[in-house]
Amino acid sequence: MTREEVYEQLNEVFRNVFDDDTIEVHDETTANDIEDWDSFEHINLVIAVEKKFNVKFTVGEANEMKNVGEMVDIILERMPQA
Amino acid sequence: MVSAESIVQRGLTKGEEKMRELEYPYDSEYLYQSKKKIRKQLLAELDEQSCLHKKIAILGGSTTRDIKLMLELFLLQYGIRPEFYESEFNQYYQDAMFPNPELEAFAPDVIFIHTTFRNIVDFPALGDSAEAVDAMLRKEYQKYENMWKRLADIYHCVIIQNNFEYPYYRMMGNKEASDVHGKVNYVTRLNLMFGEYAQKTANFYIHDINYLSAQYGLEKWSDPFYWHSYKYAVCVPAIPDFAFSVAKIIKSVYGRNKKAFVLDLDNTLWGGVVGDDGVDNLVLGHETSAGQVYCAFQEYLKEYKSFGVLLNIDSKNDYENAVAGLQHPAGVLRPEDFINIKANWEPKDRNLVQIAKELNLMPDSLVFVDDNPAEREIVRGQVPGAAVPEMPQDPAYYARTIDRSGFFEVTSLSEDDRKRTAMYQENAKRAKEEAAYENYEDYLKALQMKAEIRPFAPVYMARIAQLTNKSNQFNLTTRRYSQAEIETLAADRDYITLYGRLEDKFGDNGVISVVIGHKEAEILHIDLWIMSCRVLKRDMEYAMMDTLAQTAIDAGVKEIRGYYYPTAKNGMVKEFYSLQGFDKIKEDGQGNTEWSLQLADGYEAKNRVIAVNGAVRRES
Repeated sequence: MTREEVYEQLNEVFRNVFDDDTIEVHDETTANDIEDWDSFEHINLVIAVEKKFNVKFTVGEANEMKNVGEMVDIILERMPQA
Repeated sequence: MVSAESIVQRGLTKGEEKMRELEYPYDSEYLYQSKKKIRKQLLAELDEQSCLHKKIAILGGSTTRDIKLMLELFLLQYGIRPEFYESEFNQYYQDAMFPNPELEAFAPDVIFIHTTFRNIVDFPALGDSAEAVDAMLRKEYQKYENMWKRLADIYHCVIIQNNFEYPYYRMMGNKEASDVHGKVNYVTRLNLMFGEYAQKTANFYIHDINYLSAQYGLEKWSDPFYWHSYKYAVCVPAIPDFAFSVAKIIKSVYGRNKKAFVLDLDNTLWGGVVGDDGVDNLVLGHETSAGQVYCAFQEYLKEYKSFGVLLNIDSKNDYENAVAGLQHPAGVLRPEDFINIKANWEPKDRNLVQIAKELNLMPDSLVFVDDNPAEREIVRGQVPGAAVPEMPQDPAYYARTIDRSGFFEVTSLSEDDRKRTAMYQENAKRAKEEAAYENYEDYLKALQMKAEIRPFAPVYMARIAQLTNKSNQFNLTTRRYSQAEIETLAADRDYITLYGRLEDKFGDNGVISVVIGHKEAEILHIDLWIMSCRVLKRDMEYAMMDTLAQTAIDAGVKEIRGYYYPTAKNGMVKEFYSLQGFDKIKEDGQGNTEWSLQLADGYEAKNRVIAVNGAVRRES
């Protein structure tokens, strides 16, 4: 899966979790850019992303990733090869 | 007549589809991810008129946010609209033990204390003596008991307390279970002490997370990811199960349990079709695995009788064949275990509605169990509110589906519950007796009814509270009371309270009517008037009114005011006060009516068939 394809699916996850069809995320997106993205919704997001891409984040990663780009790096590195 | 096929083809409407998202077996992951959307739908479709409003305080020893959100969904599904107070993170003890104006102003109906293994501070060390471990255990327990007592004193409300899940690690391995220093042993003892407190305390309920976590799988339940990331003591994917479990206790306390089973026969209680295969060829009995499965399901259902769930049959069969099947030598359920056996060729939804009518229950208090998806769809479509669990393909899992659905969650067990099947069977005998009399009053007299009508007494408080929460039809104002509220107003001199208990030659009906009124100057306002439909048309309401009027006159009351507030279910008592000789003095656009009975010139007793409080019946 290419980085672009990951983003395509990731956007879907974000839109579903935050119940907002206009969301478009990119490498620099952070919690500050999405209104409802607080620490509680973060867990929701992490679970949904893990499920979608069949990956697991460590406790450290899940809580310390700086932006969406870091999340995508981990997804690409860890995702089972199709 | 609507055929099964046409309903299946038509499919469910959107609303009905939504309702089923929260029924077992629900999709936890979907519920969790879509909780906001589901909440919006539930709120939009909530029936404001019949829903209960309840204030729920969650005092947490770990993160509770998503527990609250999921609990709201399940409560809305039960027709209970919650408002929440949520303690700050891990502030359960402070919130309970120190002055808390915010919580006092909130005035909770329910306090849920969400503590877990993570909140146990001290554990025995290997060198501790057995006595030291005992002392530590008592100290830990005492901390909780102090909270429960203080909360009950201040808030007089329902308290729900988690017990403890097992530890996540076992340094000593299996020995943890038996050694007093083992955490498994320690938690087990603590849980027993919690249970003992619940046994002797009204309005206090244990939420058994020890069982729930085992059912879910302790290893997944205690996934350290959720604890270290978000301080959730329950893993997030288990939160729907957790919230469903708490919601079951709350809906049971507030009278939203189901009351009876309506069961199919062929391929539900046994394998095969009795009319085609014959009794001898049914799959039932211990000779085969498949036969054992049906025996086990029958055993499971039969046990419900002991806590008052009524069993009925709704089967497409000739009656003789149905009864022959129920007399199968290997069967567990017998014809006499059922209140009502409808075995005929009528549509099942009509039979079900008829069963409800004959039991004097609302159809939505029934659980319909049928292996046939088409029959289930008919009942779902035709009888809104009746529970129709989605039965699994394999009958070996029937009991699990029923069990996990929690239709009959027990929070109080009264003498009444244990005797319920017998009481309904006595009613069948009364019906026979009635047929023998041409004059209805002669029949009533022949019943030799005796009533006890007195102010609320301590032994009946649980039953009185239960009745105020369960009665929907013969209920003039549909006010609900907790046991704590009942006890408070029983002690208040400005209130007149009466319970009515009725027995006759066929048996004891127990406490079946409750009246609450409060005095303002020389007027008595009737806040609540309810009666169990089990004793309809026995003139008990006249005996109650006679005693109420006499009690009121003795207390210097000159006028009684009655109120009727219509709901979807209480149409039968619309003219109640008119029949009691009251005059209508007010009516608004919603059909709410106010009634008056003057007592200044005395009161003429109306009951002529029931002997009250040991008196000899007045002969006319």
